[in-house]
Amino acid sequence: MDDLEEENKRMKAKTLRTYLARRILQYIFVVFLGLSLVFFIPRLLPQDPIRAIIGQFQQHGAGLDTKTVETMVVTFQELFGLSGSLVEQYLTFWRRILTLDFGPSFFQFPTPVSELLRRFLPWTLGLMLTSTVVAWLIGNIIGGIAGYFSRSRWARLMDVLATVVRPMPHYVFGLVLLILFAYLWKVFPLGGGASIGKPLSFNIVSLLDVLRHSFLPILTLVILNGAVWYHQMRLLVQNVKNEDFVQYAKMGGVRTWCLVSQYVIRNAMLPQVTGLALSIGQIYSAAIIVEIVFSYPGLGTLLFEAISRADYNLIMGIAAISILTVSTLVLIVDLLYPLLDPRIRYR
Amino acid sequence: MKIVQELFRDYRFTLGFIFLTALVALAFLSFLSPYDPVKWLQVPRDMPPSWPHILGTNSKGQDVFWEATFAIRNSLLIALIAASVSRIIAAVVGLIAGYKGGSVDQALMFLTDGILVLPLVMMLILVASIMKGQISLVGLGILLAFFGWPWDARTVRAQVLSLREQVFTQTAMLSGKGVLALVLGEYMPHISPLLLSTVLNNMTWSISSEITLAILGLSKLETPTLGTMLYWALRRQALLLGYWWWILTPVVLTLVLLVGLYFISVSLCEYLDPRTRAQRVTME
Repeated sequence: MDDLEEENKRMKAKTLRTYLARRILQYIFVVFLGLSLVFFIPRLLPQDPIRAIIGQFQQHGAGLDTKTVETMVVTFQELFGLSGSLVEQYLTFWRRILTLDFGPSFFQFPTPVSELLRRFLPWTLGLMLTSTVVAWLIGNIIGGIAGYFSRSRWARLMDVLATVVRPMPHYVFGLVLLILFAYLWKVFPLGGGASIGKPLSFNIVSLLDVLRHSFLPILTLVILNGAVWYHQMRLLVQNVKNEDFVQYAKMGGVRTWCLVSQYVIRNAMLPQVTGLALSIGQIYSAAIIVEIVFSYPGLGTLLFEAISRADYNLIMGIAAISILTVSTLVLIVDLLYPLLDPRIRYR
Repeated sequence: MKIVQELFRDYRFTLGFIFLTALVALAFLSFLSPYDPVKWLQVPRDMPPSWPHILGTNSKGQDVFWEATFAIRNSLLIALIAASVSRIIAAVVGLIAGYKGGSVDQALMFLTDGILVLPLVMMLILVASIMKGQISLVGLGILLAFFGWPWDARTVRAQVLSLREQVFTQTAMLSGKGVLALVLGEYMPHISPLLLSTVLNNMTWSISSEITLAILGLSKLETPTLGTMLYWALRRQALLLGYWWWILTPVVLTLVLLVGLYFISVSLCEYLDPRTRAQRVTME
């Protein structure tokens, strides 16, 4: 008997180990793939970022002779890590990533890109994490209850609401909220992350100010992403509730609320955790777009600036940090999964 | 005929169908447009809706209604190109992974999952920001297709995995059918409805992505699409100046288009899913 238990334990430890090893391998692969794409995409495209910048100078009326242009090209090549052979460039690129040094920004010269990223990334993370946690919890709880009582009137009403909201693109939905609640009925500010002129500090007034500015962006994300979780959870629960163990528990006299929360929702939640890991990339993209609508001071708004000023280093830096952030978040969710699912067994 | 009748019993399908038909009709109207969509200053500027400019005119001196017909046509075109090209990639990857199995399957799924978790909008933005304004409609469609296949490749693979275990696969193989004939002749009929139902979802994604790129000023801004219409309206401060007809037109059209596509896709998916189908039959 003891032997069997021992064997069992060992098997469990082994499956857990393979699971973790697989996830970490996947993480390394995703980071490698994503960052390599970031490296190769600009180099495979016919357009040259340096010529684009010099073209912009000339458009603004700077008369440049060929010699100046030549020196500028060399300087920019150094600056952007575009000098040398492809292999050399690739190595420079990885060195830059590992040291998190992306060179100076162009439109806020000479602030280093890493400094800008450090200033803007916390806002994006804050916005994204808050809205994701809220949307995931609310969507799953309401979806679970609505799935269990799927014949009731309010469940059907929720269904119609979620179905109408879900296909709306984040940009357009955010814009509609902005028009309604900041432009027509001025309850919320038109944009930004905090009132201008007030330094950020840790007190109630400052915190409330940030909350007031973040409310509409968070609302946009919570409604649109919550609708997705709601729908998925509802479908899952509708399948789980017809399983035998639920029927037995019901007949055994388990209280309805205990049945819904402990038997049905708990079992339906596991695929939703996997779903969360798979959709973090999309959630991140959505947060970036919503930031632009509300000129929220995160990476999205920074990216918008970078694109309009053709700031190559900054665009590359934002792309790289986005990939690192998203894959790390995915890894964290993946690593949390075994804690929730006791019978984890993966091929 | 019976299928169509059954589908129309779902209010979502009926609504979606009406929405899409209306929009496609609008798109075809673009061929009758009296104006060139690219030219500026063809009509008086900033006029509120009135006859003959039923949706008013914009600050670029264009008729908003006729501009919108071109916008829908181009947006639909991009979405169709993106959806069909990415379906082909998804089908090929899914079929190979599902049929071959083993290490080929693992490698392909590793790649698929890898692309799936990347922030794809960042990738699109990276490409578009370097190509700035140089991407044609077809080019944009193909670019979107390149990033839009992983999710559906997984779906196809799952389907093939279950098909491979069924008796008819063995019958076909034992009767000497080649791999290609088996895959195209026996599997495709099972997979095509699945692919068709994902077309609509992918179109939704492509249209939203196009809008994102346009708002960032990264697509070819003189070509009217739903995204570029919105871009110009926002860029020229239509909101602050109170030119609501200019900004609401692309917003409403986008919402109608995406809600229509989504409604049809949900209702088709439920129709194709045997579990919900059984539920529906027992409920009646």
